Amino acid sequence: MTDKPEEARAFGFETRQLHAGQRPDPNTGARAVPVFQTTSYVFEDPESAAAYFNLQEYGNTYSRIMNPTVAVFEERVANLEGGSGAVAFSSGIAAQAGALFTLLEPGDHVVSSSALYGGTVNQFKHLFRKMNVELTWIDPDDPDAWRGVVRPNTKAFFAETIGNPAGNVLDIEAVAAIAHEHELPLIVDNTFATPYLCRPIEWGADIVIHSATKFIGGHGTSIGGVVVEAGTFNWSNGRFPVVADPSPAYHGLQFHETFGEYGYLMKLRAETLRDLGGTLAPLNAFLFLQGLETLSLRMDRHVENARAVAAFLESHELASNVTYPGLPGSPYRTLVEKYLPRGAGAVFSFDCAGGRVGGQDLISGVTLWSHLANVGDAKSLIIHPGSTTHRQLGDDELRAAGIAPGTVRLSVGTESVEDLIWDLEQGFAHVAARAAEKVTTA
Amino acid sequence: MTDLERYQDPLTIQRVLHATKTIAIVGLSNNELRASYFVGYYLKRHGYRVIPVNPRATEILGETSYPSLQDVPVPVDLVNVFRAPDALPGIARDAVEINADALWCQFGVINEEGARIAEDGGQTVIMDRCLKVEHARYVGRMHWLGFNTQRITSVRAGLQ
Ligand SMILES: Cc1ncc(COP(=O)(O)O)c(C=O)c1O
Repeated sequence: MTDKPEEARAFGFETRQLHAGQRPDPNTGARAVPVFQTTSYVFEDPESAAAYFNLQEYGNTYSRIMNPTVAVFEERVANLEGGSGAVAFSSGIAAQAGALFTLLEPGDHVVSSSALYGGTVNQFKHLFRKMNVELTWIDPDDPDAWRGVVRPNTKAFFAETIGNPAGNVLDIEAVAAIAHEHELPLIVDNTFATPYLCRPIEWGADIVIHSATKFIGGHGTSIGGVVVEAGTFNWSNGRFPVVADPSPAYHGLQFHETFGEYGYLMKLRAETLRDLGGTLAPLNAFLFLQGLETLSLRMDRHVENARAVAAFLESHELASNVTYPGLPGSPYRTLVEKYLPRGAGAVFSFDCAGGRVGGQDLISGVTLWSHLANVGDAKSLIIHPGSTTHRQLGDDELRAAGIAPGTVRLSVGTESVEDLIWDLEQGFAHVAARAAEKVTTA
Repeated sequence: MTDLERYQDPLTIQRVLHATKTIAIVGLSNNELRASYFVGYYLKRHGYRVIPVNPRATEILGETSYPSLQDVPVPVDLVNVFRAPDALPGIARDAVEINADALWCQFGVINEEGARIAEDGGQTVIMDRCLKVEHARYVGRMHWLGFNTQRITSVRAGLQ
């Protein structure tokens, strides 16, 4: 061992978003993270190869399961979230599937917040049905609702830090305590908050998931996801034979006993990622790392702009029901102060006057906000669910999903905020002009 | 409650990893699926001399197994413990008697009295840490599996 001993300094977030998970390449000295665009790795000798495949030694085998560029991304996110490690996936949806697949068996039951990203709602409905896993949706705003639906076969609680569509802020500490009363893990999708604004593990969450596609990348170039584990959950508590018992898929290995705090993640990688695929590409990991380097700077700016846009909308006569949890009048104010002191993210919705037509007119009237279905990009995004993602639903069905006919969703970017407001004003002027047209032609 | 942080100091851990050459593993199993076997195999691969201490085996990992620490015929730098916490005071006494430099107790092997006996006998004590994980964190390649090594450095050195 030649390295100088390293102090256990508690480095700051901004230092870690630049450095965690990477040391200068020992062979070349490269300062940037090299893109290891390779499927496989030459073994030193047959014994080393056997040791890698047996998980007796940490060694690269095949890039479906591990890759040195992807590993930098994984360790960096794990470090920023305060977890024991991470496994990256080709999308946020794949990360969720992998995290759950690792701990579920047919006949199990999951309790989930109903205030989730629509793609996750779909995934849970269809995936769980096919896996023969039962699902109970609950109102995440009522911690006691979680307690009331736990069954003997329940295996996990799932929620988002900041949920859809009302910007529901999760009382992480309270829900984690209920999960732990029942010896269950709490899984939190922290996509909308990012580890800069909230670190669910510090409040008791056991597994944190991200769609890296969003703020972690910030550039809208790549789809990816990642699962972080706290490393503190006792998988040997009797409820999780699928994690703790000798694994038939890995020659009888007992992942939790053998790898302790790393056991769940080892199983997630060596079995789930091996068997389901859904691997993050090295180049995409590289691009996410470029994003992470500026995460804190971007998030501060996203929050500052989101606050200004939300305040503008609140005072606008053609806008109502602004759901930004960072507004002083938000029902989530105390939870925001506790869990999101640096700001409540940058994604929210409001209702445009004029219902379905009004929402559509607003979209046609703006020229800077991009009309598309993604959030968390540095570029501001706008979408009208009533004429796009939820077009097939009637007004009543829309309302049942918590969406009004005129609801417009925003993801506030990092542009000059006066330009964003100027553009929304253009949009509202268009809404008003079209409404007036209709009155005169009627 | 035992003040565990006292026994988990990173500088001490790195010093022990660096200074150690011969490791006696008390409770090393002959079953290749047990955690102790994983650790023993790994340490041997990384150049440490590993000496099994297990009265129920004669040979493990190709090395002679001894019934107790007192039976080990060569000097031992580090005693690595894979036994129930209650067994620690006795093992600590043995470790002091054979003049080992350090006592390393694996995950969950937590026993205040055992730690005190070893410390009073002049030994460095590491407790509730895995020897393989700490080696892999500072010297090895634990990072390659996406684990949080907590290391932050811009020094160009060592293995990837
Ligand atoms: C909160 C949230 N979770 C998960 C996902 C799914 O991530 P991906 O699109 O990367 O699969 C999204 C994507 O929109 C999301 O917004």
